[in-house]
Amino acid sequence: MSTTATATAPSRTVAPARPRRPGAARHRHRRLVTALFLGPAVVYLLLFYGYPVVQNVVMGFQQYTISTFFTGEAPWVGLDNYREVLGSPLFRTALLNTALFTVGSIAGQFVLGLGLALFFRRRFPMSGVLRSLILLPWLIPLIVASAVWKWLLDTDAGALNRFLVGSGLVDTGVPWLTSTSLALVAVIGVNVWIGIPFNTVILHGGLQNIPEELYEAGALDGATRWRAFRHITWPMLRPVVSVVLVLGVVYTLKVLDIILGLTGGGPANATQTLATQSYQLSFTTFDFGQGAAVSNVLIVVSLVFAAVYLRLNRRAVDE
Amino acid sequence: MTARGALWDERPVSRRAVTTAGLLAPLAALLAGCVGGTGAAPPGTLRVLDSYTNAPDNGIIGAALDRAAAKVGVKLERVSVSGSSLIQRVLQQGSSGTLPDILMLDNPNLQQIAETTALRPFDELGIPTDGYTEGVTAAGTYDGRVYGLAPTVNTVALFYDVRALDEAGVAPPTTWEELRRAAAELTGAGRYGIAFCGNATYEGTWQYLPFFWSNGGDERDIAAPQGAAALDLLAGLVGDGHASTSVLNWSQADVKDQFVAGRAAMMVNGPWQIPELSGVDGLEYDVVTLPLRDPGSQDPVAPLGGEVWTVPATGDATKEGLAAAVLTEFLADDSQLSMGEQRFTVPGKPALADAYLELRPEMATFADLIAGARARTAHLGAEWPTTATALYTALQLALSGQADAPAALAEAQEYV
Repeated sequence: MSTTATATAPSRTVAPARPRRPGAARHRHRRLVTALFLGPAVVYLLLFYGYPVVQNVVMGFQQYTISTFFTGEAPWVGLDNYREVLGSPLFRTALLNTALFTVGSIAGQFVLGLGLALFFRRRFPMSGVLRSLILLPWLIPLIVASAVWKWLLDTDAGALNRFLVGSGLVDTGVPWLTSTSLALVAVIGVNVWIGIPFNTVILHGGLQNIPEELYEAGALDGATRWRAFRHITWPMLRPVVSVVLVLGVVYTLKVLDIILGLTGGGPANATQTLATQSYQLSFTTFDFGQGAAVSNVLIVVSLVFAAVYLRLNRRAVDE
Repeated sequence: MTARGALWDERPVSRRAVTTAGLLAPLAALLAGCVGGTGAAPPGTLRVLDSYTNAPDNGIIGAALDRAAAKVGVKLERVSVSGSSLIQRVLQQGSSGTLPDILMLDNPNLQQIAETTALRPFDELGIPTDGYTEGVTAAGTYDGRVYGLAPTVNTVALFYDVRALDEAGVAPPTTWEELRRAAAELTGAGRYGIAFCGNATYEGTWQYLPFFWSNGGDERDIAAPQGAAALDLLAGLVGDGHASTSVLNWSQADVKDQFVAGRAAMMVNGPWQIPELSGVDGLEYDVVTLPLRDPGSQDPVAPLGGEVWTVPATGDATKEGLAAAVLTEFLADDSQLSMGEQRFTVPGKPALADAYLELRPEMATFADLIAGARARTAHLGAEWPTTATALYTALQLALSGQADAPAALAEAQEYV
């Protein structure tokens, strides 16, 4: 997106300002200018995106361990890393958890984010202040957020359980982070809290782009409240919604810090996702080859969604 | 996203502010690079890397290193990074050929690093290696040669709240049966009988090991019944409600916080907590060896903890020689005693035990345990991390009630 913008915009403004030249030279000149504008972006992409991705793909086929850093030797092992990783029982758990975590997080973030965005569409006293407060989870470093949530959700001394026990809703503290059946739910809940600002901001922006006249016209035809939402807001918001959802999926697939901070993948791998498994393989057991194999799987999944995003984005622009 | 006109706050950021930030960012990065620089030090100056970032350890180790350097007549340029990023730093330095002249490693990592040929063996450098406990020597040995030694070491034992046990009329437990009963009687009124660390990291493995080993468990065959019995003990404490289910998520520091806050009457922990525990008003505690299943026929086997010091192969023979001389002084008897006294860690040489206990009589339990403490890498060497992962996996399965102890260990063995 950015490359096409930098490439076409200048050539449009620069070319007419030059005096006329013979066709071939002018053509060459224009190509040079295009290359000069494109160059930095291409170099940047190749250096910081292309190289790491290629290196990661290659690493997935190598026995890349601690020794490799000292000797430079990384024997080629073909598909061994993938066979080992995909065949382990942990991979199935991690894959399922990744799917549940992503679907749960996106559903929660989107529904609550849309609700808040619709709410803030109305102007009312303090709406500006409240809107800014919504952004708070975004401003708190994730490590801090997970440390505070870990404390809030503690079984015995956590604020949430003190409230639940104190109000007589439960008899003893709920083991939010230490029960194998609840930990994933709790982690999803915290991630929803973190993701709400993003969803609210983007959806609110989309809502503001819907012309007020449509609602006025709709009101004349008797479309108010739910029917206005169903027949005006939702269709007009659709392009923004698809972008929010696809970006949300890509962001959520790679979530690592929140899970590490809250549960470390436990209890008994109940919150282990592909991202945490890849991290642990690479940086705890130092088997970088297998870690790369898992993260390549993750990259492929993300790529599918990124392709969907680009398609939707193009269609949205065309509209 | 912003291109869609979806800006949340419409107030624009001034162009000058953006430009200034853009200009300052590379400058800041450059400065940061200089501070953390790894360029070659001038001759007569040795570069040291360790992970003692916290007070008071940072200062105590620094002073001991400086004393050793002064005797040799060299200067030190010391960098301390957090324990979790030490290995990553070592790997970076290894691949860029900028390893320090003196390097500290956590003892379970030594064999992995030695395997890469990044370290110099002590016999070639002339650093004395005799007089250490079997465990310390084993932790520092790879393929029959010593590559690192620990001046002082530690392990875990049972801390208990003296007043809580007195009030409940409970004696410090010495057997598993007594431990179960004591934990049951001490539980109640916002307090659990015992706290320990059972989280999904090597810390969880480390706290499970003394029960596992003392009962005859063998890390080369983790699914054997001896290890399962030890796991069943810990799982039972949680299952009966005498330890919180939060042990699944607690680090050893969290366990100490629970004990200090009075939410656990006993805890499994190490002597590095003593400085903080001693500073707590109104807390009266004592330390005993972890209970055994059958003290009549079993001896306690403690896991050996502590950091080993090594000389990386930098290719600069002069500096390697100077580093060896500094480490020889740093590992000398008086240096071990001084660090052991200040840091509540036990000297690596058993011959120093008597002199040490005169300085630190309260460390008697730990000093006894260290004499027979076992290195985690003694049998498996560089393969240890895989088994350590399997052990904490089993611990998590059993403590969370997902599987009974034998099934948990059998399932975890698939990961080895």
